[in-house]
Amino acid sequence: MKFQLIGVNHKTAPVEVRERLAIPESRLPEACRRLAEHADVAEGMIVSTCNRVEFLANMKNGSGDLRAFLRDYFAVDMGPFESHLYEFREDEAIRHVFRVAASLDSMIVGEPQILGQIKEAYATARAVGAVRMQLDQLLTRAFAVAKRVRTETAVGSSSVSVASVAVELAEKIFGNLKGKSVYLVGAGKMSELAARHLLARGAESIFVANRTYDRAVGLAHKFNGQAIEFSRLHETCERADIVITSTGSPHFVFKREHGERFLARRRNRPMFFIDIAVPRDVDPEMNKLDGIFVYDIDDLQQAVASHVADRRKEAEKAEAIVTSEVQKFQARLQTLDVVPTIVSLHDHLETIRQAEIDRVRARLGTMSPDQEMAVEALTRGIINKIMHTPISTLKTAARDSESTTVVELVRRLFNLEDQEQQREKEKRAAASKSGSDPDPGASH
Amino acid sequence: MSLIWLRVALICYGVGLLYALVALNRTSETLSKVALHAAYLGMVLHFVSLTEAVVETGQLTLASVHNSESLLAFLIMVVFMVVYLIYKTTSPGIVVFPLVFLLTFIAATGQQPLVLTPVAAKGWLAAHILMIFAGYALLFLSFGASLLYLLQERALKSKVSTGMFARLPALQVIDDIGFRLLMLGFPFMTLGLVLGSVVAESTYGRVDFLDPKILLSVLMWMVYLIMVYMRLSAGWRGRRAALLASMAFAVAVVAWAANYFSGMHRFVAS
Repeated sequence: MKFQLIGVNHKTAPVEVRERLAIPESRLPEACRRLAEHADVAEGMIVSTCNRVEFLANMKNGSGDLRAFLRDYFAVDMGPFESHLYEFREDEAIRHVFRVAASLDSMIVGEPQILGQIKEAYATARAVGAVRMQLDQLLTRAFAVAKRVRTETAVGSSSVSVASVAVELAEKIFGNLKGKSVYLVGAGKMSELAARHLLARGAESIFVANRTYDRAVGLAHKFNGQAIEFSRLHETCERADIVITSTGSPHFVFKREHGERFLARRRNRPMFFIDIAVPRDVDPEMNKLDGIFVYDIDDLQQAVASHVADRRKEAEKAEAIVTSEVQKFQARLQTLDVVPTIVSLHDHLETIRQAEIDRVRARLGTMSPDQEMAVEALTRGIINKIMHTPISTLKTAARDSESTTVVELVRRLFNLEDQEQQREKEKRAAASKSGSDPDPGASH
Repeated sequence: MSLIWLRVALICYGVGLLYALVALNRTSETLSKVALHAAYLGMVLHFVSLTEAVVETGQLTLASVHNSESLLAFLIMVVFMVVYLIYKTTSPGIVVFPLVFLLTFIAATGQQPLVLTPVAAKGWLAAHILMIFAGYALLFLSFGASLLYLLQERALKSKVSTGMFARLPALQVIDDIGFRLLMLGFPFMTLGLVLGSVVAESTYGRVDFLDPKILLSVLMWMVYLIMVYMRLSAGWRGRRAALLASMAFAVAVVAWAANYFSGMHRFVAS
């Protein structure tokens, strides 16, 4: 296991740098293939989004450097980028992958898109065969960690934009927004956005009033709503459950007595005023009326800020989860590390045993089944006795950090590397003969 | 035997009480789940206890008079569970669990020696008690809902959304719960009072409207009527609705206590 990760993100590099390193989706498969074929790289994968470009690889040995790949691929001098690059190796790389997948490294911590983006990058790399074994395990684990973080912490649950906070509040008041009507007073980008959010959550009718009637008509048309002349605002407003105001008026558009009138006409059904105008459109006195709730831009932004703070608190819990998962993953990888070696060792000795029996077979003459079995048992017994100590040493080593050294030693002692390649070749030859093609593109 | 089941039920309700106390400070998904299951188990045992009481005394009327607190607690619990099934919220538990615990506690710590006034129409009496108690249970939960409404309204107005308020149902949902319970409770209460007067008439040949119990019951019914009327005509909710509901509730409690002073409605040995 020699994980290495190198990259830039929104924290370390300005967009001018990120765009130089970004790889468009169309060229990503090719880039992954080239990464995986690079001299020191066993497996590789590339994540390229607007906020980050990262190259992740399982290296063949510890001395390799992913920078070499970047130099080759982009054909530029990496010097000017050096200060923006970050690099992680081994467990630090594992941690980084887990954190990114769990959206702990995002600009807005907890935002859900990044996980999808990584899943896509993973699928792309897998499709071209750049991700096969240990990287595959790393990514699969990362997705599980992301899910665990999502379910066990509230890091992604609170709204962190003014529009989504407005929707959340509306749902706190009205429960289901289905069938609720929204009144836009004044036409602005922000109120349009909030209206769009409300509609997405089930709000149905839209009224628009604006000083310039034409703009009201235009906006109403966009939402399939109804434009109302500004002079008729106060006599029609009680039809709406949610009022979003954003006029440029220097005075309050809605005063307390308006609110009292609305409530009487609505038979006290609650109303929600979202006032995003500065100076404010709604007299704060109105908030004192039973059944009318007024939130101005500061209130909304405060809610956003407190949600951001909540997320930060939850992020701490998430970091703890990541830490424990990194340890678990490493322990698992180490055990996995020794298993192939044990299998190879076993195969190696078995081949020798078979060869030796075949060699002396002729000289033994015809044997009774009993004798045949005795020879089998004798040779097998010798092998097992010899293998016992190395295997138990390997297994113990797996639990310690020295596993790589021991594994390395055993492999060299028995020359397992070459043997494996030999067998791999035979297997591939057999596979291509039978025409079966293990589908590497199958993604989750 | 019925007392043993009741005491086990009381322990279950105790878990609910714990939930109610904790919920005032912070929310806990696990605890609310545990409390819900415990309360459900308590309710089932409670039902067993009531059924056994009927079997023991051999008649419905005597059993329901003997176990009035227990019966009321059980009915409140049933309404709570129905509300939970429809709205998937345990928030009313904050109000319900303490009262149910208290009532069950009174019922479980020993029964009062009872002297049942000789009553002519026994079947009607049982129906009267059941109806009135169902009305009480619904009224109490409606009152609880209006308290939750006040809490949620205050939270929304003060613009803080932390602690228990984050878990309360939406304002309009609470309003809906309260309104439905109120509307459902009214016919029960009315029918219960009518049945009561039928029983009184068949026993005494007349209804003494100056008897404190009857006077208070009629007063309670009138407050209830005003409440229903204001809800329907003016859409009163929030503070004003809570005020009315608490008045109705207070009168109901006094009317309950009036058993001890009433000449007609006497079944407790003084």
